Amino acid sequence: MIKVVDLHKSFGDLEVLRGIDTEIQKGEVVCVIGASGSGKSTFLRCLNLLEEPTKGEIYIDGISLMEHKKDINKLRQKVGMVFQQFNLFPHMTVLENIMLAPVKVKKMPEEEARRKAIELLRKVGLSDKDNVYPSQLSGGQKQRVAIARALAMDPEVMLFDEPTSALDPEMVGEVLAVMKQLAMEGMTMVVVTHEMGFAREVGDRILFMDEGIIMEEGTPEELFGNPKKERTRAFLSKVL
Amino acid sequence: MLEGIFRVLSDAIYFNLIKEDRYMLFIDGLKVSIQLTVFAAIIGVVIGLLMAIAKLTNNKILNRIATAYTDVIRGTPSVVQLIVIYYAILGSSHLPKLLVASLAFGINSGAYVTELIRAGIQAVDKGQMEAARSLGLSYPQAMRYVIVPQAIKNILPALVSEFIMLLKETAVAGYIALDDLTRAGNIVRGRTFDPYTPFILVALIYLYITSMLTAFMGRLERRLRQSD
Repeated sequence: MIKVVDLHKSFGDLEVLRGIDTEIQKGEVVCVIGASGSGKSTFLRCLNLLEEPTKGEIYIDGISLMEHKKDINKLRQKVGMVFQQFNLFPHMTVLENIMLAPVKVKKMPEEEARRKAIELLRKVGLSDKDNVYPSQLSGGQKQRVAIARALAMDPEVMLFDEPTSALDPEMVGEVLAVMKQLAMEGMTMVVVTHEMGFAREVGDRILFMDEGIIMEEGTPEELFGNPKKERTRAFLSKVL
Repeated sequence: MLEGIFRVLSDAIYFNLIKEDRYMLFIDGLKVSIQLTVFAAIIGVVIGLLMAIAKLTNNKILNRIATAYTDVIRGTPSVVQLIVIYYAILGSSHLPKLLVASLAFGINSGAYVTELIRAGIQAVDKGQMEAARSLGLSYPQAMRYVIVPQAIKNILPALVSEFIMLLKETAVAGYIALDDLTRAGNIVRGRTFDPYTPFILVALIYLYITSMLTAFMGRLERRLRQSD
């Protein structure tokens, strides 16, 4: 589904990604963990070209992103993204937030988009919030709307960039529950997270990133139960 | 005592306003000032919009042109710009003075409007653009549906404030012998040798208009804030 080959990214002199190779299968839930500054968010943002890689290749369904930069708007429709800071559009109601891309990008009739948005809101447990503005929602509710907004484009893969890091602790659960449900329905997901409990329970595979490379990867049992690398052990001993 | 004050006041009103229908000078001057401000504001907004776009695109040449324009205009006095444009550039043509002055003040105001618009757009959180693009919207679509509607909230109140500045700036239009409100005051002063009454009157008229605009700006800000 997604194939990454020798991915490099530098910001000026700072080399943030130093050669990432990995493959993400359809229906797989991959959790990316690692200390801040390890490059995990940059890696995720490269997957839909919010950051442009300095070197390397990314294939989505066999199509090279680097060779099809001008079709990026089409390719991005296949890749939903959820941000740490939610990034809901504050001047639109919840429903309008969700309907915008289907109506403007996919040219879906407004009535159909509305039906779909209402259905997605029910799915994330917010059916009564369709006509409120984002400022009237709690952090957890905002993030659930953001997930619904990304799902409205029927993406083949969902990217989550630390989706619970900006939330008050009591709201983390409701967002993780929605993500877990999504995973069980078979959505392909790449999740950058500090929620080790979630990674362990929901992840099919864990990537541990350190200093711009994938230091170690494996199933949750392997990585959390029996880490092989010293760096992985050191990181896990701090966060677990 | 009271009678004395009353007498001074009635004399002032008589000589500065009533005699020879001098109040008409103020009214005509006010008309000129308002026309000048409105025309210049329109020109300024059009130029500002274009130059802000030129500043925000990735085209190096357009960036430079726009930056040179705002630097020169904001770095020199508007009176000097007015005189240069009037005498050196348009003095030889037979365009009406009001039009020339509108153009000069419009070019001046445009530089400030450029910065207002640019700042208003850049003040929109960059996560908004990223979210819009990640949903598959093109850059123009993201600008149109997501960024600009939010930027307008930042820009509109500041734009009203720019119009207030502009109205006051036009008071130097007398330098090219345009009979605006301030010059009307000057003409009346020349006839009555009373420096206070005509200019206090002029000041009050400006103040009245600017306070109306300020009140409008306050209402606008409150309304725009409602949907936040």
